[in-house]
Amino acid sequence: MGNVRLIARLDIKGPNLIKGIHLEGLRVIGDPAEHARRYYDQGADELLYVDIVASLYGRNNLQDIVRHTAADVFVPMTVAGGIRSADDVRDILRAGADKVAINTAAVQRPELITEVSKRFGSQCMVLSIEAKRARTGYEVGYYDAMSTRRWEAYTDNGREHTDLEVVEWARRGCELGAGEILLTSVDQEGTREGMDVDLVRAVADAVPIPVIASGGFGAPRHLVDVVRAGHADAVAVADALHYERCTVPELRDHALRAGLEVRRC
Amino acid sequence: MLKVTVVDYGMGNLFSVCRAVERCGGEPHLSSDPGEVARADRVILPGVGAFGDAMAELDRRELVAPLREVAAAGRPLLGICLGMQMMLDSSEEFGRHAGLGLIPGQVKAIPATTADGSPHKVPQVGWNALVLPEGRDTWQGTALQDVTGGQSTYFVHSFAAEPERAEHRLADCLYGGHRIGAAIADGPVIGCQFHPEKSGPVGLTILRRFLEGA
Repeated sequence: MGNVRLIARLDIKGPNLIKGIHLEGLRVIGDPAEHARRYYDQGADELLYVDIVASLYGRNNLQDIVRHTAADVFVPMTVAGGIRSADDVRDILRAGADKVAINTAAVQRPELITEVSKRFGSQCMVLSIEAKRARTGYEVGYYDAMSTRRWEAYTDNGREHTDLEVVEWARRGCELGAGEILLTSVDQEGTREGMDVDLVRAVADAVPIPVIASGGFGAPRHLVDVVRAGHADAVAVADALHYERCTVPELRDHALRAGLEVRRC
Repeated sequence: MLKVTVVDYGMGNLFSVCRAVERCGGEPHLSSDPGEVARADRVILPGVGAFGDAMAELDRRELVAPLREVAAAGRPLLGICLGMQMMLDSSEEFGRHAGLGLIPGQVKAIPATTADGSPHKVPQVGWNALVLPEGRDTWQGTALQDVTGGQSTYFVHSFAAEPERAEHRLADCLYGGHRIGAAIADGPVIGCQFHPEKSGPVGLTILRRFLEGA
């Protein structure tokens, strides 16, 4: 395995960097570009911008923020939220993004994954999956007696059912041309209680492409858990950075001391 | 200001390359005009996508001869990612395609398994340390001269450059136990498999040295 990537995740609503719990109950934190620059200066390996209301209102205000940020930030940027077509991808790449992560539009029209990866390369097509634990097979309509712990994919910040089983959807997305998977645990998101290691491992072991684990990071040891036991290729960290409970160098040092391969700045 | 012509042939994230050039004190100028490219003092050839498509785009815009002219005249030319791969003779990506032939060598797929035979992830996506190729003991006097041991740059690729002559290997990286070409050079003609414009401060030092003609 190569170096584990430490990704700063910035959720955006309108002009603001925000943070919620279980992707809801949002709090304004500040100016996204300012935070992005800070994480770049600290040595984040990548940035991830997620416009959390874009698909709800069918609009996309990220372009200006991306353009503004890309002028000062020289690490890869992935942008998510409200991307519905290959032309939307073109526009966001022109604004300075390197990759796009797509959830809702890919669920509605899986061929979009193929269109984007054919036109711009699979390296720029990240399939975003919001996963929620299904307590029993019955509730979501699965009757697989062997698996009492399954996950369902959601859209619109964990609000809308898709009836897609997460591991199956990840496999299919990969076959359709996705180059990476951004896997957000809605259950863990904003809790600071650690990442859903079982979920991440189930997906990471099922697909040959990198998996970015997101949701639940609260302490540096959670990073080690999700890489060691969950086989994550990258970890997205949001509010722990926003509220300065930890810094990127602290995370990197912790990972190095634990024996993980991370970039040496 | 150091003027640099960035070749615009419809492939690649030109915005990022231009912003990085500006950050390094350069003045980027986008061009797809064969005459302008042929006359340019220094040229960057970016590129993301498939080798065959990209060569076809260069060909369609009549940019192949001008790029060869720049290299033959000994003017600085930097290929990035696919732009680097096209500097070689040919590639086996989706069939066999001829390249620009500026540096002798081929482009081949990253092995599907690690050196000890276990499966690993291809493409290589992420940061990897630059190491000196076998037989080279320093980057002094090259665009990589500010890079210190173990410093990483950002890679996204499924295919890799294999120059014929060892002296054209400027830097390697280790992926799954394999030595993979990370940078190639023949005098002022330089190719980086990684993205200097996305490799943080280390990438910017490489770009700056290129602009200053190291």
